[in-house]
Amino acid sequence: MAESSAKAGARRGALARFAGDYSREIGLAVLIAVICAVVYWFKPNFLSPVNVSNVLRFNAYVGVAAIGMTMIIIMRHIDISIGAIVGVSAVVATSLARDGYSNAVAWTAPILVGMAISLVNGLLVTYGRIPAIVATLGTLSILKGGMIVVTGGEFVTGIPRDFMIATVRVFNVSITFWIMIALGIATAIWMRYSATGRAIYAIGGNAAAARATGINERRITLIVFAIHGAFGGLAGLFYGSQAQNLQSAVPANIELNIIAAAVIGGVSVMGGVGTVIGALMATMFFAFVNSALLFLSVSAFWVKAVQGVMILGTLMIDLAKRWQK
Amino acid sequence: MTSRSSVTGRRLGSHEVILAVVTVLVVGGIWILSPEFRNPDNLLTQLRFMSELGFIALAMTLVILSGGIDLSVGAIFGLVCIAFGKFWQDAGLPLALAACCGLLVGVLAGAVNGFTVRLTGMPPFIVTIGTLALFRGVAEGLSQNRSVSGFPEWFQFLGSGYVFGIPVQLLLFVVLTVVFGVLVMRTVFGRSIYAIGSNEDASFFSGVQVGPTRVWIYVLSGFMSGLAAVIYVSRVTTTRADMGLGMELDAITAVVLGGTSIFGGKGTIVGTVLALVLVAALKNGLTLLGVRGDGTVVVIGAVLVVTLLISNFLGEARRT
Repeated sequence: MAESSAKAGARRGALARFAGDYSREIGLAVLIAVICAVVYWFKPNFLSPVNVSNVLRFNAYVGVAAIGMTMIIIMRHIDISIGAIVGVSAVVATSLARDGYSNAVAWTAPILVGMAISLVNGLLVTYGRIPAIVATLGTLSILKGGMIVVTGGEFVTGIPRDFMIATVRVFNVSITFWIMIALGIATAIWMRYSATGRAIYAIGGNAAAARATGINERRITLIVFAIHGAFGGLAGLFYGSQAQNLQSAVPANIELNIIAAAVIGGVSVMGGVGTVIGALMATMFFAFVNSALLFLSVSAFWVKAVQGVMILGTLMIDLAKRWQK
Repeated sequence: MTSRSSVTGRRLGSHEVILAVVTVLVVGGIWILSPEFRNPDNLLTQLRFMSELGFIALAMTLVILSGGIDLSVGAIFGLVCIAFGKFWQDAGLPLALAACCGLLVGVLAGAVNGFTVRLTGMPPFIVTIGTLALFRGVAEGLSQNRSVSGFPEWFQFLGSGYVFGIPVQLLLFVVLTVVFGVLVMRTVFGRSIYAIGSNEDASFFSGVQVGPTRVWIYVLSGFMSGLAAVIYVSRVTTTRADMGLGMELDAITAVVLGGTSIFGGKGTIVGTVLALVLVAALKNGLTLLGVRGDGTVVVIGAVLVVTLLISNFLGEARRT
């Protein structure tokens, strides 16, 4: 069975193998292109530089957080407190900036805060032996309630202009988008070629076998939670620097967007380099769908249903592939 | 061979006993400290609120016992609210029939979960996050942010009425608790759930109907979410697409705090009910004692994490 499919792979040649390895990314890229083409046909303004750069700018934070979430999900964990991590670090960053701290402090602090929170989650999972879904449910409650207790849910106002990193443009697109791309590529390479990166896939595929080969599961899990938290904190910084006001509360629904992107991009533990990039493409796919619905005057209330169909569709495609084998 | 009494003793194991003691202490403490809390009207109102979450938590106990999880219950709750309103106002169905159709939507949503989990073999948390988005999305799409209200007065009985001085949903919750208790302890279906949760492969080879049982568990979960939604609509007499937002987390908190292992195979209905009472008493009591509503959320999150840590380390100490 395996031998014949390997032979078939050799016969199909390099291009076909590339298409097979990266089918998810290619599929998402085609979907994005189709949506852009169709909407452009009806409303040429859809692809105007202003709209495209807005779509990229306002969704970069989801993509950054989805990179970390992809690693977490590949390891068969989950983090439902990611929305709270983004929210808390956004408030920390903007409050520091408002109080006159330098950008060096206001840009670094949220990353450290996110990392610290996520490390606590990681410790609860590894040494506390609480499953991630329950541990992060607990921290979600604590962060969500705690933030309102501390800040009273008030707006952080008067965020200084030069703090707002999301408004910095490179090639006419927000720098946050380019950072997202760079981090995505770096993480994809790291996950594919470093020992730690390969260990993530090994643990996700078969934790017992990974332990037997000498992989320190706790150590890898803690590293992944720390990196995921740092990305979550960076996402918070991006989220908080989009406007001059920010409500100090945990933003609703963010975790769903982030998890949806990660699942669609990287749910298969058979994995490969593509998964993190896939998560970024899924993020951008939803961003363009969202914008397209607005342009076509379809109510944006249907966006979430599209998300659900996409997640279930991904699972079905995965299933179909397994049946083929 | 273990004797019957020791099996029961282990099943109603130390976690439930500890939880019962903590619950009595917390309820007793708040009872003494706050006159508003022990006012019978307040107690009945709190139990009314608790019951609606309780319906979902009862079914969630079965889901988690089987080694699964259902993150879509809050979304099903919202979808049933909207569907019920649509059937009644837009489709012009009689109210009772519209309510039944609403329940049917809940059942169908549960069936979607069950069959997707069974067919794909994907972790249930990923499947039900997908259906969470789908169900909530359909609810938002159908409602277009418009609410339905103007329900007739007789319909409010379900959500706000009393039978023998007891809130309707509390009575229903007590009945359903007994039904679920018997279901998990005394029926083949219930015992299969424990078997699947303990060791799916072993139970499959022992002739347990793993696939169908799994599907039925999620159907039951969808039905109970729908039931909670119809009763909730009757109490608040309006429908909105964001109803039940985050309810899955409250339900899971109650089940896990109640001692049900998130890996399945271990837990009781009694534990879930105790945890529901404890959380309800903490929420209401702390608010009455001057802690802000958001502070109580922190306390409940902390209680959840600390309880599991203690339970894990006590379990480790006992084993060694």
